[in-house]
Amino acid sequence: MEPNTQGNQSEIRYLTPIAVDTKRKKYCRFKKSGIKFIDYKDPDFLLKFINEQGKILPRRITGTSTKYQRKVAQAVKRARHLALLPFVGDLLK
Amino acid sequence: MQIIFLLFKKINLPLHSRFTRVIYYSSFNNRKMLRQYETVFIMTPVLSEEQMRETVEKYQNFLRSKNAEIIFEDNWGLRKLAYPIQKKSSGFYHLIEFKADPILIGEWETAFKRDERILRFLTVALDKHSLAYNEKKRNKAKQEKKIEE
Repeated sequence: MEPNTQGNQSEIRYLTPIAVDTKRKKYCRFKKSGIKFIDYKDPDFLLKFINEQGKILPRRITGTSTKYQRKVAQAVKRARHLALLPFVGDLLK
Repeated sequence: MQIIFLLFKKINLPLHSRFTRVIYYSSFNNRKMLRQYETVFIMTPVLSEEQMRETVEKYQNFLRSKNAEIIFEDNWGLRKLAYPIQKKSSGFYHLIEFKADPILIGEWETAFKRDERILRFLTVALDKHSLAYNEKKRNKAKQEKKIEE
């Protein structure tokens, strides 16, 4: 932190900068960009919604709305059936 | 037209209600309800190029013989599978988009099930959003082709 130039008025210094609440609000990327259909034939895109083991990421992490989370899940499962995505993987990313 | 005629009939003649309902249903069955579907199937990598084409042709002919309309086709070629299926680690992917009577789908899928050359298949009924998506994708591909030319 920068030393206080104002003098002795405020002596309080922090060792670590104070955690300012700059939590970015999550948003549903499908709602924002107006995507209505999630293609199960596009494994590269679906890769954003699964973790390294190939599990579908929860809504609380991706921020997807309920409506589109259902569609994402559907698409991932279809892709798995067609061997475009693995059911179980290791170090997918 | 048929339905309107039947409605008239219903008003004029006080038939037994159950009887009229029977007529009603049959009139709906006569009308052809078509839906658009999309099937992706994976063929074994053991096949030669010739045999693969034959297999695809077999399914095209199936659709043609049943008066289904093939709208779009796409051959993805040999692709690596994400996990082995029947001890094969790759396969020929092929996509067919078609318009058909829903009654046909059962027969269509059993044909795939019985075929040893098919590793996997998936048929999906398309809703309005997926139809719009496919249309857009096709137009994009067309434009790209034009630019290349």
